[in-house]
Amino acid sequence: MSLVLDIFTVVAVGAGAFFFLAGTVGLLRFPDPLTRLHALSKADNLGVGLIVLGLLPRADGPISALKLIVVWLLVQSAGATVSQLIARAARRGMSQP
Amino acid sequence: MAEFLLASSGFVLAMVAVGLIRVLHGPANADRMMATQLFGTGGIAVLLLMAAATNVTALIDVALLMALLAAFAAVAFVIGGARSDGPDPEGAERS
Repeated sequence: MSLVLDIFTVVAVGAGAFFFLAGTVGLLRFPDPLTRLHALSKADNLGVGLIVLGLLPRADGPISALKLIVVWLLVQSAGATVSQLIARAARRGMSQP
Repeated sequence: MAEFLLASSGFVLAMVAVGLIRVLHGPANADRMMATQLFGTGGIAVLLLMAAATNVTALIDVALLMALLAAFAAVAFVIGGARSDGPDPEGAERS
């Protein structure tokens, strides 16, 4: 059972790290601000989400696990709000050359 | 297992550091803000991984705080930009 949980952790954390790689590459390589924001929000939501998912079996107790989930939810809601706000700021920048 | 978690935390940190190149090159301020946003989420991921690797649960609290501060930083950027950049493209939602 412990081995199964370890494998689950390795797979989920590895996938989360991969999404951070994807987010960084997208942020550096994509041509315009909105596509870069698109790449960034993938890293935000899926990267942190998968890492939290992978760390859940290793949490000390229910309180600790709950705290991890709260971090994830906070990142999700903040990421969604901030993406909207930054997209609006980017659009304002584009409309005023 | 702790080694794997520490290694992935180092990997995420390296990714975030590479993403900070965007802060240097811009071109717009929104792009710079995106890089700092990535730094915020990446920092949270690094802290969570380190908390699990070293069994220091207080780091999870630090990650919570960082999530809060990253959101505030972006909101402050948008409000400051709205004051200095002229009207909002979507009309007069802000009075």
